[in-house]
Amino acid sequence: MLFGAGKLENLQNLVTEALTKVEQAQDVQVLDQVRVDYLGKKGEITALLKTLGKLSNEERPAAGAKINEAKQQVEDAIRAKKSDLENAALAEKLQSESIDVTLPGRGQKTGGLHPVTRTLQRIENFFKHAGYNVAVGPEVEDNFHNFDALNIPAHHPARAMHDTFYFDAEQLLRTHTSPVQIRTMETQNPPIRIICPGRVYRCDSDQTHTPMFHQVEGLLVDKKVSFADLKGTVEQFLRTFFEDENLSVRFRPSYFPFTEPSAEFDIQWSSSKTGWLEVGGCGMVHPNVLQASGVDPEQYMGFAFGLGVERLAMLRYGVNDLRMFFENDVKFLEQFN
Amino acid sequence: MKFSESWLREWVNPSLSTDELVAQVTMAGLEVDAVDAVAGEFSGIVVAEVVKREQHPDADKLSLCQVTDGTDTFQIVCGAPNVREGLKVPMAKIGAVLPTPDGKGFKIKKAKLRGVESHGMLCAEAEMGMAEHSDGLMELAADAPVGQDIREYLSLDDNIIEVDLTPNRADCLSVKGLAREVGTLNNVDVKPLNIETMAAQIDATLPVTLSATDACPKYVGRVVKGVNVSATTPLWMVEKLRRSGIRSIDPIVDVTNYVLLELGQPMHAFDLAQIESGIEVRYAKDKEKLTLLDGQEVELNADTLVIADASKPLAIAGVMGGEHSGVNTETQDIFLEVAYFNPIVIAGKARNYGLHTDSSHRFERGVDYRLQNEAMERATQLIVEICGGQAGPVVNTEDAAAMPNEATVELRAQRIVDVLALELPANQIETMLTRLGMQVTANATGWTVNVPSYRFDISIEADLIEEIARIHGYNNLPVTTPMAALDLQSEPEVLTPVNTLKQYWVSRGYQEAITYSFVDPKVQKLVDPSVDGLTLANPISADMAVMRSTLWVGLIKAAEHNLKRQQDTVRLFETGLRFVPKDGELTQEPMIAGLVCGSRLTKNWTNGTEKVDFYDLKGDLEGMLAMNGDSEYRFAKGEHSALHPGQCAAIFKGDKQIGLMGALHPVLQKQLGIKTQLFVFELLQSEVVMGELPEYAAVSKFPEVSRDLAFVVEEAVQWSQVEQVILEQGGESLTKVTLFDVYRGQGIENGRKSLALGLTWQDPSRTLNDEEITSSVDNIIAKLAEGLGAQLRG
Repeated sequence: MLFGAGKLENLQNLVTEALTKVEQAQDVQVLDQVRVDYLGKKGEITALLKTLGKLSNEERPAAGAKINEAKQQVEDAIRAKKSDLENAALAEKLQSESIDVTLPGRGQKTGGLHPVTRTLQRIENFFKHAGYNVAVGPEVEDNFHNFDALNIPAHHPARAMHDTFYFDAEQLLRTHTSPVQIRTMETQNPPIRIICPGRVYRCDSDQTHTPMFHQVEGLLVDKKVSFADLKGTVEQFLRTFFEDENLSVRFRPSYFPFTEPSAEFDIQWSSSKTGWLEVGGCGMVHPNVLQASGVDPEQYMGFAFGLGVERLAMLRYGVNDLRMFFENDVKFLEQFN
Repeated sequence: MKFSESWLREWVNPSLSTDELVAQVTMAGLEVDAVDAVAGEFSGIVVAEVVKREQHPDADKLSLCQVTDGTDTFQIVCGAPNVREGLKVPMAKIGAVLPTPDGKGFKIKKAKLRGVESHGMLCAEAEMGMAEHSDGLMELAADAPVGQDIREYLSLDDNIIEVDLTPNRADCLSVKGLAREVGTLNNVDVKPLNIETMAAQIDATLPVTLSATDACPKYVGRVVKGVNVSATTPLWMVEKLRRSGIRSIDPIVDVTNYVLLELGQPMHAFDLAQIESGIEVRYAKDKEKLTLLDGQEVELNADTLVIADASKPLAIAGVMGGEHSGVNTETQDIFLEVAYFNPIVIAGKARNYGLHTDSSHRFERGVDYRLQNEAMERATQLIVEICGGQAGPVVNTEDAAAMPNEATVELRAQRIVDVLALELPANQIETMLTRLGMQVTANATGWTVNVPSYRFDISIEADLIEEIARIHGYNNLPVTTPMAALDLQSEPEVLTPVNTLKQYWVSRGYQEAITYSFVDPKVQKLVDPSVDGLTLANPISADMAVMRSTLWVGLIKAAEHNLKRQQDTVRLFETGLRFVPKDGELTQEPMIAGLVCGSRLTKNWTNGTEKVDFYDLKGDLEGMLAMNGDSEYRFAKGEHSALHPGQCAAIFKGDKQIGLMGALHPVLQKQLGIKTQLFVFELLQSEVVMGELPEYAAVSKFPEVSRDLAFVVEEAVQWSQVEQVILEQGGESLTKVTLFDVYRGQGIENGRKSLALGLTWQDPSRTLNDEEITSSVDNIIAKLAEGLGAQLRG
């Protein structure tokens, strides 16, 4: 027997020796050397394979199998060790790359919209979704659009109550956004559904008045429009705005020269002395106003409503000082970002 | 208008509590502003008489009084200056409870004041919660019944109700009018006031001439002789006046005020002796002077209606009487005036003289033009009752043709249904209108309605429909959602809404500001001296007197406000109109503007402390301009007196200048006292919101070729010039020019700069060859050298 116990013993020793070296390898280079030494072309285990040719046909398969088995064993060990070493290296790399993720991010902080704009945009959106268009107009107006066409003739007490800013006998700062309704009806045929947001001006300044503020007015003119539609629209708007389906809304008769019947509307508000808080005015468009704008009041009817934007913003966000809106103090503005 | 609840209830008394009544009239459009008890909650105070007053032995300012309630006499120490023997006063007996602000009440006990016992307390109005402040004891009338409970004697269980009437409801500026309204709301009858006609006892009259019947078509006059002006106005009248906010003056004036409150008719009493010859109602002559009852002398305007005698004006019609002809302590004979003045003539006149009176308030809004004779009889009756005297005949001077006419309005039943979406029974509608004083006649389509002379606010069908809605109750009307066709609305794709632009600035770290449209003229002039701003005739204050011609004025002020409050970085934007008058025409254009100062980035551990500069703001602007897909925008060297001449860019869209940006001029900064460098921009909104629709171009599959080049040019050469030459010379396939470095310093001559740039070519249909690129580059180099003196850097 040529391939005797001695050679097999030697194989066993080689495997043990190789495995020990794999075990001890500290890096991929050392491990690779082990592979070359034992499994490479000139490796010691590879060398044994070359001796198989000297064996008899009967002995060769068994011996071959043994050597291949040994070879496999060492290869497996090397692969496993390599994987371990790579994992360890990755872990180390990741560790070294770790940062404090709680440090603040880099770049520009975000700004914000003015609370009045924020409120206006919400209001516009509600109505846009219901098919209203946004209409705007000039802020320096004439007597005709601000007063006459709105059924407020020169001697009317309501005219004096408007605290109007004048430039001369004819030019003034609009005291409400209602002139936009007139300008729209002058150029557009019914049906009209518009919402008119914008700056308005009154010569009045104290704790609860600023000489400039914002209004949104809505106007709907069509063949069949009723006071019930107006009530429904205002009520829905307020409930949508305050996100309160059960908000109580009440309508009180009031007086505006450009609507008839006219109403003011209040919402139930716990911190108010009477339990109610006035939030706007509305009414059916006065026939004289339709006529002044070239709309036949026998064919068409319309309703209009007006809202004070600062008032709504104050209620919504709990602002208690109207004047803050126009100081533009960043510490105030940032609260609405 | 203020009125006493119990007075109203004398006229009409529905079974409603005070709260219910107040809620009801508020919901009918007569908004109640306040309800105040006539007196505080108290008990145990009676009418008493001071029978003896001595000096307190140990205190200069205290009196020792013996006071009787008719049964017993009490010793009371009192500190009031007006306490005296014989005076009738309210006395709080031991055990009485006086009102306190906390509502707990203050109990009167036996007390010792400077060693002297006091068995009760004499009261001032303030101590009974009847006034804010009192100077001494409340002095009761000499005939006040000693011993009677003061609440009962003064009818103090009453409330003062203040209604804030809208200007259309002049008919409710009287107890009579309010009663009519309350009667209608509750469908109960109003007790009629019985006014008897007083026959003339003497013949005396005064001639009246109406010289301006458009302004005064009706004037009712009456002489009353031998009146005793020192008579005392009865307590009931004084109290009713007081509860309506009117102070008692003398019985004649008190009566005229009482009639004004009761019926809504303002009237005036003249001292007959001061009237020369007769009365003329005419417009004032220019520069005529009149000293009014309040003591001020006014120079009258020619548009002011006056009551005059043969030689001088006696009163401003419907506003205020003159001092000279007013009733005074010497007056014996009076002339009473009850007139109707046209609201249009009276409107605004009081205001012109800085006045506002109960009379002008009513005449401006409209006084019932059929009320004059009734009011005259009522006033005469009361005056004769209180002051005695003998009345002459009522002289009624009227120009019937100039009198207003009662309106007749057709009311269609169907129209009520259309407007209110509600069908009411015909008889209910008729009852409502009738109770409001209308004459209602049914016809085929509805009703013919005659409007009474006191309803100046009702002239068309819609006015009547409002009355029906009001009386029915707005909150009882149906609620529906409007129905309309579901048309889609056009929305141009190339339009970038302003709201989207706003959102852009927000994401770039800007806060939206809203600044006043009127600004300080001085700052406006500094910032935009070339514009003569539109100036307000009646500004709220001197520093809010001119309309901004640029949004910068407000933004600078806002920046200043924040810089003063320890904000070192401010980033603001605003949208809104600017107002530029030019050649008599005003343009009001919507602008978008912004301001930035301080650090480039939010203070952060990763950043340096670099300050923001021109190019930061420019980058932000370029970002906004890139949003709408239009590539026509360009920046060129610009000019504006508010901006640094070397750091100012004009922004163009095609050939049109659409805005400016730059660093605020250092001189302006100094004038405004702002140390931090501000950068600003302002653009026309209209030129920013409209963009272009994207258009597809095939993406080339062939390789790109790139070349980097560096040129040295004079400082004065602008990048845009260099870029233009490159684009012209680079050939059709040049797709990109990137400036990646601007260098000055070592290796570059002083006064010159090096521009390093990357060029990229790509052809959509083939691979470019080296010779083509080299030829393009050679062209570029040659033209840059030729046109701009640029040297290629080796």
